[in-house]
Amino acid sequence: MSSIIAQNHTGTEPADSVRSYPRFLWWGLGEATNGGLGFYVWMFVLTAISLVGANAWANQVAEGMIVTNMTDHVSWGLYIANFTFCVGLAAGGVMMVIPAYLYDDEEMHKIVIVGEAVAVAAIVMSTLSVVVDLGRPDRFWHLIPVIGRLNWPVSMLTWDVIVLNGYLLINLHIVGYLLYMRYLGRKPNPRWYVPFVFLSIIWAISIHTVTAFLYCGLGGRSFWNTALLGPRFLASAFVSGPAFIILVMRILRITTGYSAPPGPARTLIQIIRVAMTINLVMLASEMFTLFYTGGAHGASARYLFFGSHGHYGLVPWIWTAIAFNLVGTILFFMPSALDRSTVRIAACVLCIVGIWIEKGMGLIIPGFIPSTLHEIVEYTPSLVEWKVTAGIWAFGFLLLTVLLKLIATVFSSEQSAATIIAPAD
Amino acid sequence: MIADDNSSPERQADTDKDWFLPVVDQPSTRRTALKTAGAALGLAAFGKAISPLWSIPENVSVDEFLQQHYKELSDNDKQKVFQRLEAEAKDAYGAEVTISDPKPIPGVRFGYAINLSKCNGNGACMEACNRENNHHRGVDQSYIRVLEMSKGSMDMEHGTTTYDHTVPQDDKFYMPVQCQQCENPPCVSACPIEATWQEDDGIVVVDYNWCIGCRYCEAACPYHARRFNWEQPEIPTDEVNPDQGYLSNRIRPQGVMEKCHFCLHRTREGRAPACLEACSTGARVFGDLNAPDSDINWVLKNKRVFVLKEELGTQPNFFYFFDS
Repeated sequence: MSSIIAQNHTGTEPADSVRSYPRFLWWGLGEATNGGLGFYVWMFVLTAISLVGANAWANQVAEGMIVTNMTDHVSWGLYIANFTFCVGLAAGGVMMVIPAYLYDDEEMHKIVIVGEAVAVAAIVMSTLSVVVDLGRPDRFWHLIPVIGRLNWPVSMLTWDVIVLNGYLLINLHIVGYLLYMRYLGRKPNPRWYVPFVFLSIIWAISIHTVTAFLYCGLGGRSFWNTALLGPRFLASAFVSGPAFIILVMRILRITTGYSAPPGPARTLIQIIRVAMTINLVMLASEMFTLFYTGGAHGASARYLFFGSHGHYGLVPWIWTAIAFNLVGTILFFMPSALDRSTVRIAACVLCIVGIWIEKGMGLIIPGFIPSTLHEIVEYTPSLVEWKVTAGIWAFGFLLLTVLLKLIATVFSSEQSAATIIAPAD
Repeated sequence: MIADDNSSPERQADTDKDWFLPVVDQPSTRRTALKTAGAALGLAAFGKAISPLWSIPENVSVDEFLQQHYKELSDNDKQKVFQRLEAEAKDAYGAEVTISDPKPIPGVRFGYAINLSKCNGNGACMEACNRENNHHRGVDQSYIRVLEMSKGSMDMEHGTTTYDHTVPQDDKFYMPVQCQQCENPPCVSACPIEATWQEDDGIVVVDYNWCIGCRYCEAACPYHARRFNWEQPEIPTDEVNPDQGYLSNRIRPQGVMEKCHFCLHRTREGRAPACLEACSTGARVFGDLNAPDSDINWVLKNKRVFVLKEELGTQPNFFYFFDS
C-alpha cells in the first residue's frame, strides 16, 4: 500500500526511485539482522525459545487441549490471560501518540515510532495467544470475513478480531510509511499518515475497550460483569504500555545509541503516575463493592484474595501483584523517577509484572472460580502452557528486535547520507 | 546485545572475534551467505518443531477441512458429509453407525421440568446421558450435573456435585442442572462464527464440524451446560450408540464444544429424552410447550414453577418445582 502512495504523491522522482517498497523491506531485513556478538546471542536464544513454544503448541494440537490444565470449570487459562495483557501493551502505545500529535510535543516523535513498533509486536503476540487457545486452529478460516461466517455485530469476539487486525494494519502502515520516506530521504507527507495517526488513537482505545467487553458483557460471570472493567483495562494499559516503552528506549540507547531527549520520558512518567493512581483507585472501589456487599457476587473475589473452602491457588499471585503495583507506584512518584535512574527502571519492571498478573491470572482465572454452579476447581498452568506462552513472548521480542533495529538503522543512516545512497545488499 | 555494531557491515573482522561467531564482522557477501545458512537452519528447526502438526492432514480430510456451515449445506452435501462421518466412525471406533438429521417439528416448542420433591439424586439420568450421547468414557462425561443441596437453602454455594454416599440423605434435596435451552441464550450471542444457534423448537445446537473451539460460549453460559472435547473421545466399539444425529449425539471430534440437545434425534421422532426414560423417580417431565394438554403444560399451569438465575434474563425453557 505504502509503495503506491509513495510513488503517487511525489512529482519529482529522485534518481534511485526504482527502489520499491519490497526492496526497502528486503534491505531492512538485511540491516536488521546485522549486529554484534551480543545481538546474535540474543536472537539465537529468542529463536530457540520460540521453537520450544512452537513444538509445544504442535503437540497440543495433535494430542488435544488435554495437555493443558484447563478444564470445563476453568475453560480459559494462561493463554487468554496473556492475551489480555498483550492487548493492553499494544493499546498503551497510544499514550505517546497523544502528546506527540495532539499536544505537538516535537521531541516525542522519536519515541512514537518505537511505541508503534511495540504495538505491532504486541498485537502479533495477542493474536498468537488466541490462536493457541483454539481447539481447532485448522478451522481458522471460519473467522475470516466473507469466506467464514462471522457472527457480527452480536458476538464481542468478532469485534475483537476486527479491531485487533485493524490496529495491526494501521500501525504497520504508519511505521512502514514513515521509515520508507526516511529511507528514500524524503519528507513524509502528513496527508498520508496523520489521519491514520488520529485513527490509531481512537482505535487503540477501542481494542482494549472491546477486549474488556468480551468479559464484562457476560451476565453469568459476576466477577467480570462490572462496568468498571473497561476503564480499569484502559488505566492499566496506560501504565504498562509507557513503562514498557521506557524500558525499550533504555535498551535501545545502550545498544544502538538511538535515543530521545529526556523530556518525553518525563511526560510518560507523569502519565503513568496519573494512570496508575486511577487504576488503583478503581481497584479499591471494585474491592469495596465486592467485599462490603458480600454474598455470592463476591465469591470469586474472596477466593482470589483470601482463598475459599480450603483453596488458595490464586492468593500468592494476587498479593504479589498488589505489592508490585503499590511499590512500583510509590517508586514512580519519587523525584528520581524523572531522571534516567535505577528507580525508574525498577518502577517500570514492578508495574509491568504487577499488571501482567492483575489483568491475567488475577482477572481471567477467578472469573471461573467458583464455577457458575458454585463448584471450586482450581487451575495452575501446565508445562505445555508455559512453554507456548514463553514461545509467544520470545517471538514477540524477536519481531520487536527486528523492527527496532530497522528503525535505529533508518534514523542513523539518515544522518549519514552515504549509507542511504549505497545500502548494503 | 551490548556489542551491537550494525552501521558498518563491510568493516573487516576484528580477528579476536572471528573464531567466535562466524557472522560477526564479516565482509558483506560472506555475512549474507552465513545469514542465509542461519535462516535455512532456523527454518529447518521450525519445520522439525511443528512436525506433530502432520497429524492434521492424517485426521482431517480435505472434504472436512473445506466443509461449509450446516445451514449452507444442500441435502446432497449433507448426504455426502453423513456418509463420510459414518465411514470415519467405522474407521476410528469400529462401529456401524447411522447419522440422521431430524428437523424441528413445525409448531413444536420443547420444555422440560423437574420435580425437586421427587428427584433423589441417584444419578441414573447422568449415566443414561453418557451412554445415549456417546460421551467420552475416560471421564464420566454427561450433560447433566446433579447438585446435592442442603434443605433450607436454594444457594448453590452450599451444594455439591461430587457427593459419594447413599442417596437420598434426609437433610438434602437434589437438583439436576443441564442446558436450560434459553429463549435468550448467551452462548449463541457469544459464538463468533455462528457455530451454535437456536432451532425452531427452542433447542440450542452446535455444528461440531464448524466450531473452532474458542470456548467463549462455555464462558458465557451461566449454567455450566457446555462441555469441551479436551481430547478425542474414547468409546468401546460395543458401547457406541449407532443411532446418531448430526446435530446431537454423533461422536464429537477433538477440540470442539458440545452440549445437551434434549436428545433431538429421539424427541423430534416422538420419543422421550434418554435422561427422562432412565429416571425411576418420575421427577422429569418433558413435552411440547405449544400443546395445551401436554404434561409440561399441566405442570406449568398447576405447579408453582421457577427457573434458575431468572435475574440474568436468559428465559430458560427448563423449569423446577416442588410438590405442594
